This record gives sequence, C-alpha cells and structure tokens, in this order.
Amino acid sequence: MGLEIKLPGAFTSIQDKGRRGYLSQGFIESGACDKYSMAVANLFAGNLSEPELAVLEFTLKGGEITFTSDEVIALAGADMKPLKNGVPIPMNRPVVMRGGDCLRLGMASKGLRAYLAVYGGVTVLPVLGSRSTDLKSCLGGLNGRTLKTGDLLQSGKSGEEIKRFAAAVSEMDFKSLAGENEPWFINPSNPFRYSAEKRYVLLRTVPGPQAEAFTEEGRNTFVRNPYQLTADCDRMACRLNGPPIEIGKGADIISDAVMEGSVQITSSGLPIVMLADHQTTGGYAKIATVITTDIPALAQLRPGEWVTFQYVTAMEAVKIARKENKKLLELKKIIETATGKW
Amino acid sequence: MKIKAVGDRGVLLELGETIDETVNRQVMELNRSIIAASIEGITETVPAFCSVLVCYDPLITDYELLSSRLEELSKSVTSGKKSGGRLVKIPVCYGGESGPDLSFVAEHAGRKEREVIQIHSSRDYRIYMLGFLPGFPYLGGLDKRIHTPRLTTPRTKIPAGSVGIGGEQTGIYPMESPGGWQLIGRTPLKLFDVKRAERPLYEAGDTIRFIPITLEEYHKIRQEQEKR
Repeated sequence: MGLEIKLPGAFTSIQDKGRRGYLSQGFIESGACDKYSMAVANLFAGNLSEPELAVLEFTLKGGEITFTSDEVIALAGADMKPLKNGVPIPMNRPVVMRGGDCLRLGMASKGLRAYLAVYGGVTVLPVLGSRSTDLKSCLGGLNGRTLKTGDLLQSGKSGEEIKRFAAAVSEMDFKSLAGENEPWFINPSNPFRYSAEKRYVLLRTVPGPQAEAFTEEGRNTFVRNPYQLTADCDRMACRLNGPPIEIGKGADIISDAVMEGSVQITSSGLPIVMLADHQTTGGYAKIATVITTDIPALAQLRPGEWVTFQYVTAMEAVKIARKENKKLLELKKIIETATGKW
Repeated sequence: MKIKAVGDRGVLLELGETIDETVNRQVMELNRSIIAASIEGITETVPAFCSVLVCYDPLITDYELLSSRLEELSKSVTSGKKSGGRLVKIPVCYGGESGPDLSFVAEHAGRKEREVIQIHSSRDYRIYMLGFLPGFPYLGGLDKRIHTPRLTTPRTKIPAGSVGIGGEQTGIYPMESPGGWQLIGRTPLKLFDVKRAERPLYEAGDTIRFIPITLEEYHKIRQEQEKR
C-alpha cells in the first residue's frame, strides 16, 4: 500500500520542517531546504492544516515511483517535468494517482529541488519529533539514508479518506478562483524575485551577529557585489565565490551557535551560507543572516548561478516573514474553496 | 551583555568574549532562567562558550519584544560563582586497543602511560558546550603536561565512545565518526542514544570526571548497556 521507489533519482530523502529542540545537544535540524515549496506541495496535496508533513525532496534529478494504491499527490519547487504514465502533469496542483500508476520525474529544468507531497504525508516513524532524514547522524527518514530502489513508503490516510479527496480533486476549479496572472500562484514556489530571467537572485540579510568583525569596507563589499555559487554546495551549505570581504579584528571567534541562513566568512574572505543540514556551532565570524523568507530562493539555485545580498533590519525581516505566511494562508483558502469540503 | 539579531528567528546574547568558567556559568544560569520563564514564541535555546542563542518563531514574537524581555531576565544573572551543573562520571578503559594513541601521547609528554592516565583522570572537566556531533562535549581544562598535537592524517573511522586529546582539548566521540584526535581510551557507555535525548546523560554546564577501568570492567558495563 502506497509508493514504491523504482528509481530513486540523484539524491532523494524524506524531509519535513526539521528536527527542532535538540540543537543544544548537537543534533542538526535537517528538514526541507526549501520549506516554502514543501508547504506549497503539502497544501496542494490536501494537507491543509499540516503544511509541514513529511515530503520527498528530490535534488537536480527526480526518480520513478509506482503507486501500489490510490493516492493524491502534488509537486512543487523545481520543475522536473513530471509524467504520469508518460503524460505530463502540472506542478502546483493536486494529482490523483491510481494503484499501478507510474510517476516519473526528469532533470530539473529550472531550480534545483522538487518536493513531492502525498495526501496524509509520508509516514515513516518520527525520531525526536521529526521525520526528517539526518544524513550526518543517519537517523530519521527511512533508516537515516537517502531513498533507493525498492523502498516502500506509505501515506497517512486511509483508502476511504483518499477516495473522498480524490473525488473532490477531480471536480476542482482553480482557474476561476485564483486569477492566473498572479505570478506567485502560477508558480508559487518561484515568485518573480527568484526567476531565472533576472541574473541575480536577491537575498535579504540581517547584519550580524559578528558584523563588527569586518571592516566597513568589508561590510560594503558584501552588499555591493554579486557572488557566484561554487560547485561546493549541498544540503549543509552553499560556498560562494566573489570579491573577498575584508576582515577586521577577530574573524576567528569563540564558537557559538549557527542558524540556517548564517553567512560565515572564511579566513580567505569568502561567504558560506548555511542551509538545513548546517552544523549546530561554528567558529567563523558571521557577517549576516539570510532571512527565513529568502532561504528557499537560495536552496533552488545551482552552482554557477549568482546572488546579491542586501541588508534589512530584524524587524523588517519579521514583517516579511509574516507577509510570506499570509501568502500561504491565502493559497490554503484558494485550495479549500477550489476543492470544496471533502 | 550584548544583544544581537540573528536573522528573523534568533537573538544572540553575548556575555563575554573569552573561554572562561565564570562566564560560561553565567551563560548556563541565563539559559536556565530563559527556559524557566517559558516566554511565548521561543522555540529553543543554544548555550555556547560565552553566549546563548535564543531561537524564536517570527509569527509569534519579534526581535524587539524578545530583546527587551531577555534584557530584563539577564539582570538577575549572578556573578557566576555557583556551578549549578551535575557531576557525571564516565568510566574509561585507557590504552591498548581502546586507546591506540596512549603510547604516543606518553612519549610526547615524556611520561609513562600510567602517568598520562593519572593526569587525565585526576581532574574534572567542565562541558562548555555541545556541538560538532550529537552529544559531543567541548571540555575545558586539560592539563598542559599532556597537550598533544592532532594526528597529521585524520582517521576515517573512530569508534563510538573514544576518548581523545586534540591539541589543548580533550573530548569524547559519542558516535562513530572521522576525526584527527589522539585516542587514549574508550568508554563503554552509550553516549549517543536517540531514546535518551529527552534525558541526556550530560548537558552543557555539567562536569565530567573520567574514571579509569579495566578491560574486564569495560566489557561488563558494555554488556549491561546492551541489555538496557
């Protein structure tokens, strides 16, 4: 009953919002790198009150999944040209898969990470309150590892519940409700500021906590020049290349806690931005922190692509986070109305 | 105390800029009082050598609200004279297969192996913070006489429970991991246990004492641990 992995893809793992509450013991957070797309996929898959249920995160190249029972799914994030039994299906929409149906994902044509949500979520056993795969300590997810051929996964809903939602999905009407000109709705996980048409992706950051470890010139260099993603980018961090940032006194700080989005500057003056699998502590000075709202944009970039940084205050960043959350609530309402009560 | 923003989800409270036991005690005291105050919107706290990171949910609270509340709380932090932490005894089988680098450490220090064991186990080590790996303690206070440089080529696999010396520091590898420290012994205790994460064996702010044991005792404790 559920999903059978026929081909796992390049790098596929089970992730949710992350393992929270154990940083002080040294457990990394893990979780989806692009939590916005994870939430969008979950909302479209009918997990309206739980946009943080476990999903599959595909990186660069998707895989092939056979469904052994009826399920409702949705894909968001990078476009991996999804096919259902060889026929293209839309992203950012609920799709009914019948027992025996095959879902196939290809190379990402835009973006880096795709998210597959299932109605009811992927139901592996939670470890320390999360189903996220911690690939470093090999815990959570499916035996603490990336997925491989033959893995069987289940969704958290009964056949009866799935049947009801599937019926609602086949009668849904999104177009008349949403207004297709809204860019965030056509492709909710790629709002215009992330789009490939623009050469540089803007990442807003809050200065600190060790901004004073850099010279004024260094702090200006950081926001006045584009930086390019190197090949050394993974779920832990993105290493960037560009004009070195001038370090003042004390770039080697006494180790303190690191957060997702923390921008560490190495001794050579180059930025490393922490992603979901970042270590819990670190000894490099941190010039700034990428705001929560812009981390998904970074998580969708590939080596060779460019970013620019901008400073905002912590209070502005909080406001932006709340606005972003409102967008998700709005999307939730649209889906609720489109599918009706089921 | 310095209060600094860490993006839109964190507030960093800096109590000093040195590795200092008094400062670290204040860090732990402040951390405890923040947890006890159960302030709305705080998701977790991460105490380190001389700072506490307070993580929050930006949908519930914000930087200004939280900073003023934390500033208020910090005023009650005392001079850091009292320890407040627990003393945790860690049995260690030194040397032999459990500690393949003990002979090198002894040679480097110009001492006998049993002297190194005596020096290493005769003082208590404060846990300044946990990090690097789940349950990996950053310990302070290794005796200068047994400071030993790291291996020039790190090992790709260090067994769980290994006790090592890396430069001026000593520590325990709670789980199998690569690493470059000189391994002097191993504890039979299971330090990395997800089932115990709600009640960890030790936390930042506790003190560790290494108790030398024989290989027979090691195996006996190991067996008891397996049964649990």
